[in-house]
Amino acid sequence: MTVAVREMPAPVSIATVNAERLKQALAAAVITFLLTSLIVGIQTVSSTGQLDFTTRYKEVFIASGAVFFGSILVSLMREGRPMPALIGGGAVTLIVGAILLLQDSSDAVRALVPFQAPIVNWGALIIPAALFVRAAQLILEARAKAHGRQAASVRVGATTQKAVPWIGIVLIVIAVLLPWLPLGERTEQKKIIDIVTLVLTYIMLGWGLNIVVGLAGLLDLGYVAFYAVGAYCYGMLSTYYGWSFWVCLPLAGAAAATFGVLLGFPVLRLRGDYLAIVTLGFGEMIRIILINWKVVTGGPGGINQIPRASFFGLPIERTVPEGTVSFHQFFGLEYNPNHRVIFLYYLIFICALAVNFVTMRIRRLPLGRAWEALREDETACRALGINPTNTKLTAFAMGAMFAGFAGSFFAARNQFISPESFVFLESAVILAIVVLGGLGSQIGIVLSATVLIGMPELFRELKDYRMLAFGIGMVLIMIWRPGGLMAHREPTIRLHGKGKQPAAAKSAVTAKEAVAAK
Amino acid sequence: MVTFIQQLINGLTLGAVYGLIAIGYTMVYGIIGMINFAHGDIYMIGAFQSLIVILVLGFLGITWVPLALLIVLVVAVSLTALYGWAVERVAYRPLRGSSRLAPLISAIGMSIFLSNSVLLLQGPRGKPLPSATDEQFSAPFQLIEADGISAQITDKQIMIMCITILVMIGFTTLIKRTSLGRQQRACEQDMKMASLLGVNINRTISLTFVMGAALACIAGLMVTLYYENIKFNIGFVAGIKAFSAAVVGGVGSLPGAMLGGMLIGLIEVFFSAYFSVDYKDVAAFGVLVAVLIFRPTGLLGRPEVEKV
Repeated sequence: MTVAVREMPAPVSIATVNAERLKQALAAAVITFLLTSLIVGIQTVSSTGQLDFTTRYKEVFIASGAVFFGSILVSLMREGRPMPALIGGGAVTLIVGAILLLQDSSDAVRALVPFQAPIVNWGALIIPAALFVRAAQLILEARAKAHGRQAASVRVGATTQKAVPWIGIVLIVIAVLLPWLPLGERTEQKKIIDIVTLVLTYIMLGWGLNIVVGLAGLLDLGYVAFYAVGAYCYGMLSTYYGWSFWVCLPLAGAAAATFGVLLGFPVLRLRGDYLAIVTLGFGEMIRIILINWKVVTGGPGGINQIPRASFFGLPIERTVPEGTVSFHQFFGLEYNPNHRVIFLYYLIFICALAVNFVTMRIRRLPLGRAWEALREDETACRALGINPTNTKLTAFAMGAMFAGFAGSFFAARNQFISPESFVFLESAVILAIVVLGGLGSQIGIVLSATVLIGMPELFRELKDYRMLAFGIGMVLIMIWRPGGLMAHREPTIRLHGKGKQPAAAKSAVTAKEAVAAK
Repeated sequence: MVTFIQQLINGLTLGAVYGLIAIGYTMVYGIIGMINFAHGDIYMIGAFQSLIVILVLGFLGITWVPLALLIVLVVAVSLTALYGWAVERVAYRPLRGSSRLAPLISAIGMSIFLSNSVLLLQGPRGKPLPSATDEQFSAPFQLIEADGISAQITDKQIMIMCITILVMIGFTTLIKRTSLGRQQRACEQDMKMASLLGVNINRTISLTFVMGAALACIAGLMVTLYYENIKFNIGFVAGIKAFSAAVVGGVGSLPGAMLGGMLIGLIEVFFSAYFSVDYKDVAAFGVLVAVLIFRPTGLLGRPEVEKV
């Protein structure tokens, strides 16, 4: 796509380069000023029904100035002169850090604190620090190159690449042992296991969506609808009819898969992006129906007091009704509320592993190969006699079924579901996990779910700023690695085995990769 | 009959807003083939910037509607257009030429970022239009009256329709007659060939985003005046409805986007009037699905020929 010829750097004197650079930095600063002048500079305040405003132009000027100097430093760094960035970034980090540390000591220092919101001040600390680290990295790399050694980052990358097959096994071992590790107090332990359980739920959803998006190449923006179907299926069957979790789990999966087929049948012959918008509309439709069909779904209030999942019929409760034996009585243990947390943790862990196992096996069946072939070239698949609609439908139904399982687990764990939990943002988060992990990469999804779900959960104090950071993170990771964190598109099946390709096939594969990369 | 005329007027007003937003989607989709997910939030930012300019003008004592409107249009529209440019430059241009999904994810991230930054900067509550500005508009005109109910049209609705028609005329001229429009259409047809013939592709794509954002801001201004209350999350639903409108009308077609917007607006209004307000969005998406099943290229779209 980049047809424009790269301009050769003309031999110009330092002075012209500097003038050009100053002009660019000034333009960036002016644009920052214009962008922030209304939205940041003027705050609307609604008091007693009337709208009023206050100004905060200090922030606007600080931001514009920071962009001006930052853009000069970054452009110098790009030209291979990282020293100014190292010094500038380091100095700003030190100054801001000192101000923030000493802000409680006197009013004079407090007046120097750049922004009102504490979190934005952290940004003022972290961004120059990142600049400093990057510049230092560049300098070290240049030094290593001068001494003829490989840069440290390259060596680390090569080692990681070799370790990939082992990472999965190590992660599984850690996950199995997690509840038995000394994680501190009981509440502490509960908190950590709760977060890991949440991450595992998203990993399971990610693996489910990966079948649809990563393997079959169908863009689904309404995946959360199937999650909702699963959750409401268990919620309604258990509260209205008292059915057990273990009966509802397959039913929830089947119901979600049915919805997947019902939706997929009319729309799967559409091209990719149209499919995206129809699935998005479908997700919204399900949510609107959940809100408004009050008799069945409980409306905006949702369903309360959903029964918990039992350990194969043994309820994990402190007190149980007459005639039933509880989990701790049966096993002769002391009652510990963490038993339930650990049980739920292992439950989702096993569910997720099952999803992973099924996916890995299906990829080797003709069906799975058809999915991947369809993703690469639909026309060729038709010519080879693959029925595209049926193949896509199976992928859609399979992905929906896994979302249904995850949904009924979610309902059993939370004991409360409402349409609030199934907004578009959830679909976007799951899709982001799949794409950021690297399409089709199972281990990449584990990594990106941990980064996207686990990190914000650990920093719960950020509250309002979580979603903001989440949005920026999505954009930055995409720009940094457009193919995802673990980008590789290794075909599951090869005609000639790995590394034994004849020359002709090899060149064909390279051409294919070039197309895929585009 | 009276209700019908009243709903027709309301539907056309709403449809004009959707149509203006839909043009931004359809142009961007036509030229680089991506759903600009952040476009709904650009519209929301346009509405907020319009409101802020109105507020400042009220503070300065300028409340005479034609002058105030002109200033709001110039200031808010150019600043929002700058947002369109910046979003493309920061979030989409580095990803041009990578996989189809990467820009989409980046756009979703941008959309989350924009709506949340407005939430943090301006607060979660709805912002009412200052009453000083609102009082400048006169009482609605009675059109016809029967059985004790009357169909009315307000001067805001007249204004919205006039602005929409004027903007559409100006915009169609821009695309059809100027060299900028020619470059834009050339890039839409074949970007590689256009660049070989000397069209500056980066500039053309940037300008597409700028124009889309400017139209979205006009839509935002109209919504601010019409509903007299805006919130940080209005961008999402308006965005997906406008994209549905673009798809219904045929992606890539400007009259199609307007037609689709009008259709979605009318369906929404009539469905709420005659059936159920709660399910109006379901009706709008139902129409989208129906159109895509029976006419996958949209109402005015060209059939797509797949090259093998």
